[in-house]
Amino acid sequence: MNSATIAKSSLFEAIEPRLRFMAETLREVARRPSALAGGIMLALILAVSLGFPLVYPVDPLEQDLMARFTPPVWQTGGSWAFPLGADNLGRDVLARLLHGSRVSLLVGFSAVAVAELAGIILGLISGYYGGKLDSLIMRIADVFMAYPFMLLTISVIAVLGNSIVNLILVLGLSDWVTYARTIRGSVLSLKKKEFVEASRAIGTPHRVIITRHILPNVISPLLVLGTLRVANIIIWESGLSFLGMGVPPPMPTWGRMLAEGRIYITDAWWLVTLPGLAIMVTILSINLLGDGLRDALDPRLRNI
Amino acid sequence: MLPYLLKRLWHTVFVVVGISVISFFFIHLSGDPVMLMLPGDASHAEIEALREQMGFNDPLYEQYLRFAWQALRGKFGNSLYYKVPAMELILERLPASLELAVAAMLIALVVAVPVGIISAVRRGSLLDMGSMLGALFGLSMPHFWLGIMMILLFSVELGWLPTSGRGSLAQLVMPAIALGMSLTAMFARLTRSVMLEVLSLDYIRTARSKGLREWIVISKHAFKNALIPIVTVAGMQFGFLLGGTVIIETVFAWPGVGRLVIQAIFNRDYPLVQSIVLVLALIFVAVNFLVDMLYMYLDPQISYFEDK
Repeated sequence: MNSATIAKSSLFEAIEPRLRFMAETLREVARRPSALAGGIMLALILAVSLGFPLVYPVDPLEQDLMARFTPPVWQTGGSWAFPLGADNLGRDVLARLLHGSRVSLLVGFSAVAVAELAGIILGLISGYYGGKLDSLIMRIADVFMAYPFMLLTISVIAVLGNSIVNLILVLGLSDWVTYARTIRGSVLSLKKKEFVEASRAIGTPHRVIITRHILPNVISPLLVLGTLRVANIIIWESGLSFLGMGVPPPMPTWGRMLAEGRIYITDAWWLVTLPGLAIMVTILSINLLGDGLRDALDPRLRNI
Repeated sequence: MLPYLLKRLWHTVFVVVGISVISFFFIHLSGDPVMLMLPGDASHAEIEALREQMGFNDPLYEQYLRFAWQALRGKFGNSLYYKVPAMELILERLPASLELAVAAMLIALVVAVPVGIISAVRRGSLLDMGSMLGALFGLSMPHFWLGIMMILLFSVELGWLPTSGRGSLAQLVMPAIALGMSLTAMFARLTRSVMLEVLSLDYIRTARSKGLREWIVISKHAFKNALIPIVTVAGMQFGFLLGGTVIIETVFAWPGVGRLVIQAIFNRDYPLVQSIVLVLALIFVAVNFLVDMLYMYLDPQISYFEDK
């Protein structure tokens, strides 16, 4: 056996239990009808958001002033040229909704990834090393928790400017605390376990203990937390966008569509109704899936 | 109990200092705060004048100490746009925001707690499933959209309620419901799960076997213990509620701090933004501290002598 195959088989050995765990979790999730429904809905939303240009290649920015306020197709005056109607500048609402989905999902998932990364690193350090470093990180966490989240993001975005990268970073970095605290709690109990102490006794470096023994065992609650947080972040992103502090124009976002449509609320109900419905369906599917994932991973929390 | 109290107090002091540091530095985030506050076509003299006026030529730590000292004395600098002390503006608007937040919290508790209890007691019933489905929808709806939908239905279509402003009860109804919706959903789920947990405990079975009437068991024995997590979460959420008023106040033209901060941002009135953020964060810290004290009173089981 050469070294490459050894490495390969040991890698497989390391990964195999995790794969089996993931498969089991998925089976658990799929056993719950509501979670399954949420998962399917989310998969559909993701598929549509990625693949719509193939089916519906309409420019979301193209204005057709003759078609201003065309209602959706099922209403009198509606036309198939604008299936979900047109806005105050005659732009296609369906195309705008589809493009907006990309912004929401991109910001939602990326910001959670940023938050998880920051939270995991700080939580691991805090829980594993303890002492002064731990208290310092936890006090900083207190400060972040004390800041009204919305206000923090609004004011920082206002100062830094509202590019999509800033948005992801600010939303992500204001949300690291929950992850750090969860991780820290698990690490605290884990590092007293025999297998960790045994590993330390034979002189394994801290870095290896953290990455090989601790991290894999604390990651699953975070997965759940993350899923649920994507929903929150998407709501905040649309809120910021609604206030005019989201992704800069002209990119269509659900929040901006709501803000623009609000002015014409008496004339065009679809401009304020449809973007909100899009947000709600997305969040609902994430919440359904998140609830199911949490149940599957942590039976103790099943009734919450 | 005293050591715990002192420790908690020390944490709070740390948090307050941390908040003041973040609030102080946030206007320095972009580099030059003066460029941030002035319109792009400001002349060189104007820039220099503002820089001198705001004390931006001094070393940073000196600026911070001055800021902290002023803040300690309740002085938060002047609004650039309104030309009056920021604190004056905030105090003028704060009652409106508090009114909205308290109303939302009350609606949430009054609706959610009974719903949660009934759902737990009648677990698996149609009522339980219905309310939990409702709660899921409540959690999934952005509150500002709910506000807009209510305006569409109750103001535009039916003409029952005014779309905006503050003063009458009719004007408070929609913003308070919209702001409190996700909280209602959250409390209903929380109450239900906590009640389910408590109801499965041995002492409840004892109480029942003693022949106590069911509603006494539920209200006196079970609910009293379920109250602790509900109070904690309610306290924690109050601060978020204040932050959440930012958008809902914009939707309903509610003259509170949230709308003030948005206007201040668009006016590039950063000293005012800084003051509002600081004041709201301090209120949040104070509420949390009070909740902690209340928690200690409600839950005698928890020992506060040991370092957790």
